[in-house]
Amino acid sequence: MALEVLEPGLLTTVQDLGRYGYERYGVPVSGAMDQFALRAANLLVGNPPHAAALEITLAGPTLRATDKCLIAVTGADLSLRVNDWEMPPWMAIFVRQGWTITFGDRKSGCRAYLAVAGGIDVMPIMGSRSTYLSGGFGGVEGRALRQGDVIPVGVVPFHLPERAGRSFPSNLVPDYSDAPEIHVVLGPQDDYFTDEGMATFLSGEYQVGPTSDRMGYRLQGPEIAHKGRADIISDGIPLGAVQVPADRQPIVMMADRQTTGGYPKIATVISADIPLLAQCLPGQSTVRFEAIGVEEAQSRYRRMMKALEEVR
Amino acid sequence: MYGEPRFLLAGDAALVVEFGDEISPEVNHRVHVLAHALEQNPFPGLGEAVPTYRSLLVHYDPLCLSFEEAKTFVLDVLGKCEEIPLPEPRLVEIPTVYGGEFGPDTEFVAEHNGLSVEEVVRLHSGATYTVYMLGFTPGFTYLGGLPEALATPRLPTPRKLVPAGSVGIAGSQTGMYAITTPGGWRLIGRTPATLFDPARIPPTLLRPGDRVRFVPISAEEFHTLMEGAKSGA
Repeated sequence: MALEVLEPGLLTTVQDLGRYGYERYGVPVSGAMDQFALRAANLLVGNPPHAAALEITLAGPTLRATDKCLIAVTGADLSLRVNDWEMPPWMAIFVRQGWTITFGDRKSGCRAYLAVAGGIDVMPIMGSRSTYLSGGFGGVEGRALRQGDVIPVGVVPFHLPERAGRSFPSNLVPDYSDAPEIHVVLGPQDDYFTDEGMATFLSGEYQVGPTSDRMGYRLQGPEIAHKGRADIISDGIPLGAVQVPADRQPIVMMADRQTTGGYPKIATVISADIPLLAQCLPGQSTVRFEAIGVEEAQSRYRRMMKALEEVR
Repeated sequence: MYGEPRFLLAGDAALVVEFGDEISPEVNHRVHVLAHALEQNPFPGLGEAVPTYRSLLVHYDPLCLSFEEAKTFVLDVLGKCEEIPLPEPRLVEIPTVYGGEFGPDTEFVAEHNGLSVEEVVRLHSGATYTVYMLGFTPGFTYLGGLPEALATPRLPTPRKLVPAGSVGIAGSQTGMYAITTPGGWRLIGRTPATLFDPARIPPTLLRPGDRVRFVPISAEEFHTLMEGAKSGA
């Protein structure tokens, strides 16, 4: 079983939960920008949470199934059609041999996840199938999908139609806003900023800049003042770190972020809100930040993961 | 170096243990000692520990541990560090062609420091370095131990493409580009060694804490070694 790529879409890559354990060698984690949506898609088609899927950006691909398969599309609503029928997202759909999977207008969000029962079966690199575009490895030859690619799908241990029609509880489907409130935990270098700079960061409205990508979300808005120097001795960069370089405009470090960096980090976006940020549209969405305590951040993450467990 | 390491919040799934606010062998050594001790004494929920110049980024699973619990576990291992000495570091020799097309900034480094090109090569290849950290791009190697006489500021404008294997100087640091990327370090040479290969585990030739010496080779030897690497020899 495979998916043939008739049209690649704007930026379609293979992603799983990421490449862990190699940051000390300078290898970025990569993986799905919206891991909640990836996990949900895998859950719907009976895959383990770490199975690889397609991350689809804004303009979706046209795919053809070489054999029958079970798919689910989660995350951004990009008007999924199967064999030219409109189909709901967040639902397991049985696809017959030769049917096409296409996308249309964006209704919400920025990135959709297409999981196939059996998982996308490209060769793992350092334990992960995620595509790292700037490094040119992982996924399909380290690049976005192209017309003519044939994407292999793993073997399925169950009878496909059994799971068709299962849908994700609608109360658990995130509400992807184009102006979300994003929660952060302050630090590790919040002491590099003036009180005024901190107040600006936590009260201002920031636009997600047009050059934002899988590496970082470059935000544009009120300037955040440093106390003194706008650089630090390079240290490790966790997912969601909010760097503020000398131009005083924040950059949120996302899935393909470099492992180390020399700009002070005012705060870190909480794990539970990374998906909301990942679904923001570059050049259009705006965000506001609110600081919460680390305990509250962790309990939000636990609630999110528990919700997924209950669906299982 | 701080009297006591600082614990910093790095979101809800990682913490930073910071040993000082300087680039020095003593501070960096403590980072590697803790990284090693955590590897030897992992606790449930511990993720990867990422060593950098003066701090260790410790990932943990917030489904298993609160920040305070993770901090307690790390403090416990910190207390045991003296009982868990670092193994003798590996010494890795890096064959390097200095100057010419391989190190287009060698003459600048020499002039900047009032040295001859030969002296630059002799000084750079005469020192033993420590891998302080890998980062920035896959496999980029930050080395401590550059002779002070070689310190040179970065290029005012970074090059669009620096070839993989390039050896450079930035301020009082020296380092190596493991993959071809843009970069602003002054280039003094290039090694034919494959510093980063995603198909290899670990993917890098060098690891944090390794000792490194540069061994001068000729352009002919460079090409012979490159051919060897390509044919898999």
